[in-house]
Amino acid sequence: MAPYFFYFLAFLAIFSALMVVFSKNPVYSVLFLVMTFFAIAGQYILLNAQFLAVVHIIVYAGAIMVLFLFVVMLLNLNKELEPHKSSLLKLAGVIASGILMLTLIGTFRGATEQVVGAGLSDGLTYNNQVGLVKNLGKVLFSDFLLPFELSSILFLSAMVGAVMLGKRDKEPIEL
Amino acid sequence: MTDQITHIAKTIPIEHYIYLSAILFSIGVLGVLIRRNAIIIFMSIELMLNAATLLLTAFSTYRSDAAGQVFVFFIMVVAAAEVAVGLAIIVMIFRNIKSIDINLLNKLKW
Repeated sequence: MAPYFFYFLAFLAIFSALMVVFSKNPVYSVLFLVMTFFAIAGQYILLNAQFLAVVHIIVYAGAIMVLFLFVVMLLNLNKELEPHKSSLLKLAGVIASGILMLTLIGTFRGATEQVVGAGLSDGLTYNNQVGLVKNLGKVLFSDFLLPFELSSILFLSAMVGAVMLGKRDKEPIEL
Repeated sequence: MTDQITHIAKTIPIEHYIYLSAILFSIGVLGVLIRRNAIIIFMSIELMLNAATLLLTAFSTYRSDAAGQVFVFFIMVVAAAEVAVGLAIIVMIFRNIKSIDINLLNKLKW
């Protein structure tokens, strides 16, 4: 049963990612991006990474997408007035990203044996509870305690920066 | 002891996760290359981040190593901060030049 879920979610993710790039209206792009995020959260559940699946839905679909949607509607961009690049540039973009995809696949396929070889072959050292909240919480608050605390400073500075940038200027900058 | 292994790790080879992540990442690159709307470019960057985190989680599960999933958590933290600042910058640009077409922002281009 699980393989069918994997292929269905993979197809859904790729289809909606393509629609994000190719749809004319930015509001549709945001909604397709939400669909991609839900498909990726489904992949996390299949991988038994339940903590990441929940955090992904809360952070991305809950916070980031609402922010995107607010900005698109605030700027009143739901019109199709974007001038398009020339078809030569589009062709160049397609070729460049296709070559990048082949390079990535080749690179990671070469690395798989070192990455996953040991754990799966004997099954003795394998722990399938690794993605649960209990286990990840232990690792996060023991080995990664300092980065975890530092991320709060990052959030504080991001908040100050967003408020600073969003404040209305006295006179607009000439560009 | 083989029943300890997660069901998905026995049925799906890791290569399929590599294909999925590489395809999603290149769709993100494609969006950055061919679109001119700053918000769409920003969303394509989010797509690339998600492709990277998906592959990191897949490797972490197949290797049963918790560090990979903690890294994904930190990537999400950084992405949330990045989106807040980036969207504030886009709103400021729109307020100043009444457009978010990136081809108008060419002052720093040689």
